[in-house]
Amino acid sequence: MKKAAVHTDHNNPVISIRGLKKAFQDYAVLRGIDLDLYQGENLVVLGRSGTGKSVLIKIISGLLKPDEGMVKVFGQDIAHITEDDLQKLRIRIGFSFQNSALYDSMTVRKNLEFPLVRNKRNLTRGEINTAVETVLDAVGLSQTINQMPSELSGGQRKRIGIARTLILNPEVMLYDEPTAGLDPITCIEINDLINEVQQRYNTSSIIITHDLTCAKQTGDRIAMLLDGQFQRTGTFDEVFNTTDSRVKPFYDYNFIE
Amino acid sequence: MDNTQSITRHTNKRFVKLKQSLSDFFLTLYRINQFIIRFFKEAFVPPFELKEVIRQCYEVGVRSFTLISVTGFIVGVIFTKQSRPSLSQFGAESWLPSLVSIAIMRALAPLVTALIASGKVGSSIGAELGSMRVTEQIDAMEVSGTKPFKYLVCTRVLATTLTIPILSTYTGFVALFGGYLNVTMNEGTTWTTFIQEVFEPLTFTDFVASLIKSIVFGFTIGIVGCYQGYNSNKGTEGVGKAANGAVITAMFLVFIEEVIIVQITGWFR
Repeated sequence: MKKAAVHTDHNNPVISIRGLKKAFQDYAVLRGIDLDLYQGENLVVLGRSGTGKSVLIKIISGLLKPDEGMVKVFGQDIAHITEDDLQKLRIRIGFSFQNSALYDSMTVRKNLEFPLVRNKRNLTRGEINTAVETVLDAVGLSQTINQMPSELSGGQRKRIGIARTLILNPEVMLYDEPTAGLDPITCIEINDLINEVQQRYNTSSIIITHDLTCAKQTGDRIAMLLDGQFQRTGTFDEVFNTTDSRVKPFYDYNFIE
Repeated sequence: MDNTQSITRHTNKRFVKLKQSLSDFFLTLYRINQFIIRFFKEAFVPPFELKEVIRQCYEVGVRSFTLISVTGFIVGVIFTKQSRPSLSQFGAESWLPSLVSIAIMRALAPLVTALIASGKVGSSIGAELGSMRVTEQIDAMEVSGTKPFKYLVCTRVLATTLTIPILSTYTGFVALFGGYLNVTMNEGTTWTTFIQEVFEPLTFTDFVASLIKSIVFGFTIGIVGCYQGYNSNKGTEGVGKAANGAVITAMFLVFIEEVIIVQITGWFR
């Protein structure tokens, strides 16, 4: 499915990162990152394994603390807000994990209800059921409602993982390797779902991937992470229309036209 | 000269290693302390996860019930059987029910229950939370604005703290029943006489001390299992280490607490 044109507001960054640094022991993963995510856009962060792509979104969601720099989400510096404010902020951010991270002791229904009932405690049973059915319908998996995560395929697990974040109506979506470990057809279905979520829920998204098909299909803008910094940003064609020896092999070896 | 330098280098290396181990030990103590403080800060503040606490109580009870029943019964039978020859040397077999009741109610029931629960419940909590950490389920709870510590840790620690005393009381009665069967088969003592002799030497302090001991053991098993699982390292090896660490640490602490509580309750007798 071809990606529909979206309107992005470049005066209004929902996430703003300046001089972000993060190291693990002696190894500096992120070495001064500057990045803006604008309202309504899909920003794809590309890079090789171990370059700190996942670390970046874990810092944005407050799972990791930055060593240096500023990370503002909806105008709030996540390194300097209270635990309560971070909780409130997290409800506005959806995080889709690489391995889906479904709660394996709960059915699909319970997985979806879990964040909902704990964040909106005054909902009636009918409202909870409606919310669960709506997001399951949005990801096209209404029939799995009573299944356990172990009974689902990899693609279905990804979809349920996305549905679990959508149930809180997030304004920002963070996708960690959404197509990792999936067959090419399921990858395209997941890419379509990411675009559909952007249109339907009016979300701004950061998509972490090293899959160039995913980047081309879902990204309004691409940022290439190399040596702990964003070396190239722009549209897909702008990023890869280069002779840069660090970028070219990435395209040549990964992308299948 | 070379030999002296080599010895100095070797001693320095050992000193650095010892310093590192000590530093790690105190850092772990500090982290456990923070973990316990966090439990008290979050467990008694609404919203409460009452349904999950009840579910965990059921899990703790069911997981250990069969093993505790069998072990309690065997402990009662064996202890009675092994004590008889010593008492019969003085012609004091009639003291057997009193001896058995004191030993079981004061020490054996809470201790045996705690050790079994350390193995069955502690390891299971450590492995379950460790696996949730490894598969990013705890992170998923965190980023969705829910409070995983409250849902996963507080509920399990409350469940073990509430359930272990009940299991311990049950173990005591099963062990006494084992002792009764042995006594009645050998001495022909009736149930009524046995029960009278069992409760005669026991005081209110014995029951309270036993209860406090079980509560402390239950809290320890829960907190250690949760700490190990919640802070487990990434990877499947981390899950194994969390389960193993939960059992070993909980058993070790249970023995230390036993000694301390026996000492303290001794002052009140």
